[in-house]
Amino acid sequence: MGASWSVQDFRQTGVTQSGPGAFFLFCFWKTWRPSVEKYGQMRFLTAEAKVSAGRLNGKMREKTLTMDTLNPQVKAVEYAVRGPIVIKAGEIEKYLEEGGTKPFSEVIKANIGDAHAMGQQPITFLRQVVALCTFPELMDSPSFPEDAKWRARRILQGCGGHSLGSYSASPGVECIRKDIAAYIEQRDEGVPSDWENIYLTTGASDGIMTILRLLVSGKDSSRTGVMIPIPQYPLYSAAISEMDAVQVNYYLDEDNCWALDINELYRAYQAAKLHCQPKVICIINPGNPTGQVQSKKCIEEVLHFAYEENLFVMSDEVYQDNVYTPDCQFHSFKKVLYEMGPEYFNSVELASFHSTSKGYTGECGFRGGYMEVINMDPEVKAQLVKLLSVRLCPPLAGQAAMDVIVNPPQPDEHSYKQFHQEKSSVLGALADKAKLTEQILNAVPGIKCNPVQGAMYAFPRIFIPPKAVEEAKALGMQPDMFYCLRLLEETGICVVPGSGFGQKDGTYHFRMTILPSIEKLKVLLGKVRDFHISFLKEYSALE
Amino acid sequence: SWSWDRTSWQTYATNLSAFPAAQSEHLQQKMSENGALPLRGKVLTLDTMNANVKKVDYAVRGPIVQRAVQIEKELKEGVKKPFEEVIKANIGDAHAMGQRPITFFRQVMALCTYPQLLDDNKFPEDAKNRARRILQSCGGNSIGAYTTSQGIDCVRHDVANYIQRRDGGIPSDPDNIYLTTGASDGIVTILKLLTTGEGRTRTGVMISIPQYPLYSASIAELGAVQINYYLNEEKCWSLDISELQRSLQAAREHCNPCVLCIINPGNPTGQVQSRQCIEDVIRFAAKENLFLMADEVYQDNVYAEGCAFHSFKKVLFEMGPEYSSKVELASFHSTSKCYMGECGFRGGYMEVMNMDPEVKAQLTKLVSVRLCPPAPGQALMDLVVNSPQPGEPSYQTFMKERTAVLSALAEKAKLTEEILNTVPGISCNPVQGAMYSFPRITLPERSINEAKAKGQAPDMFYCMKLLEETGICLVPGSGFGQREGTYHFRMTILPPTDKLKIMLNKLKEFHQKFTQQYS
Repeated sequence: MGASWSVQDFRQTGVTQSGPGAFFLFCFWKTWRPSVEKYGQMRFLTAEAKVSAGRLNGKMREKTLTMDTLNPQVKAVEYAVRGPIVIKAGEIEKYLEEGGTKPFSEVIKANIGDAHAMGQQPITFLRQVVALCTFPELMDSPSFPEDAKWRARRILQGCGGHSLGSYSASPGVECIRKDIAAYIEQRDEGVPSDWENIYLTTGASDGIMTILRLLVSGKDSSRTGVMIPIPQYPLYSAAISEMDAVQVNYYLDEDNCWALDINELYRAYQAAKLHCQPKVICIINPGNPTGQVQSKKCIEEVLHFAYEENLFVMSDEVYQDNVYTPDCQFHSFKKVLYEMGPEYFNSVELASFHSTSKGYTGECGFRGGYMEVINMDPEVKAQLVKLLSVRLCPPLAGQAAMDVIVNPPQPDEHSYKQFHQEKSSVLGALADKAKLTEQILNAVPGIKCNPVQGAMYAFPRIFIPPKAVEEAKALGMQPDMFYCLRLLEETGICVVPGSGFGQKDGTYHFRMTILPSIEKLKVLLGKVRDFHISFLKEYSALE
Repeated sequence: SWSWDRTSWQTYATNLSAFPAAQSEHLQQKMSENGALPLRGKVLTLDTMNANVKKVDYAVRGPIVQRAVQIEKELKEGVKKPFEEVIKANIGDAHAMGQRPITFFRQVMALCTYPQLLDDNKFPEDAKNRARRILQSCGGNSIGAYTTSQGIDCVRHDVANYIQRRDGGIPSDPDNIYLTTGASDGIVTILKLLTTGEGRTRTGVMISIPQYPLYSASIAELGAVQINYYLNEEKCWSLDISELQRSLQAAREHCNPCVLCIINPGNPTGQVQSRQCIEDVIRFAAKENLFLMADEVYQDNVYAEGCAFHSFKKVLFEMGPEYSSKVELASFHSTSKCYMGECGFRGGYMEVMNMDPEVKAQLTKLVSVRLCPPAPGQALMDLVVNSPQPGEPSYQTFMKERTAVLSALAEKAKLTEEILNTVPGISCNPVQGAMYSFPRITLPERSINEAKAKGQAPDMFYCMKLLEETGICLVPGSGFGQREGTYHFRMTILPPTDKLKIMLNKLKEFHQKFTQQYS
């Protein structure tokens, strides 16, 4: 990021400070929101800017690629999870590292589901297998258990030249695809899974983008419409913008624990049909950012709806192992579809996604993932394989990590005990933190938080006083963005405003992960509470 | 687009559809039990799918490679063939061809993956130091954390230092470095930024013919306009500025050319561009207001005497501020080629120069949607740009391994050219760099007619026959583009020398037989 958010650059804008912190926020916001102004007012302190400043007297060559000539779909993309607030957090971190002072000593990044960054330890067994694959000389080391060596050997045998450094087939290493199919069959209590329907991906995001890319076609009122929940994980809206598809919002019911209401699906679908061709419905279960776990009945309703209305179903199930509330259970779309009978199971086109990044492993950096695609037209499937082949293959280390997740140590194996212990300790801690987060947040006046039934986030609703809303609007900013930037500046806590995920008009939220360690999470929640109370006071006093 | 593409893919599709046979049988049974159920039409069919995706072709992993995989399976199942194994010379995949990984790189990668090994005295100190440094800049000191979308800070700094050293001190700014998921990812991303407009204002992308099909595939997927400029086969596949001018002029009639892609050293053509030629290209890009994309993934793969790699960046800066402060350039590198051949890690980087700062912010935003490139690939990229130095414990082994790979490649490049040129009807330019030879083949009229009758490109027909009869898997020239009426194939020079000799001799025999048969 070449931009510098120095306040200096904005002095001449002549904005006066209308409220606490507002001036900073304004400057920051204007910098992030790229304007159409030209280089004369360039306010980026990058090397290029210096160069161009040095040759102003010479003839200025128009750049080929400018905001005016940039792909407009790229311009339309928004991705709040790594948006301006996160960039700001990174800058504050650097500032602190360089000895700067703030009212806090560290930035806590609760913006993204990045477990290891929050101190979660990797699962030993997974890392052992991947290390063995990476440096097979370790096969001779007595400090590695046999079950890990056995798995590593098997993976390497599936790799060209027995090396993790060779390309794999574009859909992934064959034996890993078979392991995944076996895992799905076991998870779904015998519902058949064909390994030829499994495609390894570069994280789940890659798979989701690829399927959407296949589906997007048509012009104007025949342009593909993609139904997504609101609130949603912004990968969906970003991908839809990038591909110039039509985003069709269906709202989750906040008053009902973010449940999906089938009537709302019908409403959204009917309304969308007037201006586009809705072809896909995306479901995130367990929910991100909303943390709800869908009931089996609700999944049946969705599938029936998709069957009736001829929709392709994309089920994002990356949090399938992250279910915390005892009365909730993960049901895969695939299994429910099977149980609805052959007329459904043999016709509804379904792609489901999984990843190494969440669950109990939290291996985000490896970019491992897979998708299972059922009932896809065989000709389209060939097109899918062709499309994947252009990018050659997903990273092999990620594929290996995925293999360990679907083929973990069994009770009779040496590593089972330690593996099991590590796994339950991560999942147990997450369940505790989910409960704790909900409880503490609900004790704050003006914050209301649904139970975190699953996934890794709380998405509480926050009350923002009208004066604060006004001030934010005067700055051209979403009120919850204003709130979150203030929270970051004052406490060092980085959360993502609800507007980045979508929310009902007039409501405000933020997404925070429940990943920090219990002690840190308590401190964090305490700070959020104190901030919220003082924010309310400050802006209520202005009434 | 060739009609054979569709046919071949459809054949492949038909094969695929055989797999869920059990499932459809099950359905039919159930259906007859339950009485006729209305079969719900598919949402996603060839007719309804994204038309741009349909246009994508990627020969390097196309139908011929699918067939090779099938033959491999048949051999395993005991089917008798006139050969014992399939040799995949279709793709630059060094490890799959038996090249060993560089020990030092893998040591560091293992240390990063399983930091408990930092206590193991079998690992050298220089490897441990690098692993510690990489881990320190990862969130939670884990390679399992997301990195920033642009890539790990210290890796970007190391890349910038490397470029600066490589280019004789010309400064490189870490802010201009973006780590990528292999070079392909970077190339697609930059093309995505550049593609805009409708009809006559649609972005045109100039690519060399023959080209690496990633370019044509991405252009098709993005719905941009492909503009071909032909390399000069008679002059060792060199790039001719008047040809650039010609193709640009012609393209301006129907689109808005704004990008020029160069692959140096060339893929599939193996030429190494002269410094003079690079200067001319840069001057051309400056004059015509073109964004330059320099694919330099084979920068360490230069074999021919009198040839040297010159980076576009360096030449650009040596041409003075008039150029260096204005020409927009993105250059690409990767962990997959050179002496390391670590394709599976999907590591790479790009350096962007003179990019509009606002556009750069958009680029950062766009890459953030995919979160980050794989952290192991980033770590490996770091090692490539920060390899063991004289005085470090691993230096000698590292240099020995590196030199062995590169000199074997040089030898194989020479050998390939020599043997191919002894075959009547095959003529092969010197393989100055990269990893491929791209010989021209003369095909008898009768084989051309037979191919056309089958709806196949003549060199596809040739390569398919070669595969069926010898087990050698090559990619037909038509997958890369070639002058009309000429035929080629691309083969890698990666098999070990003895295997390569056998392969080349089989090829020789096949070609002679083929020529006889169809004359």
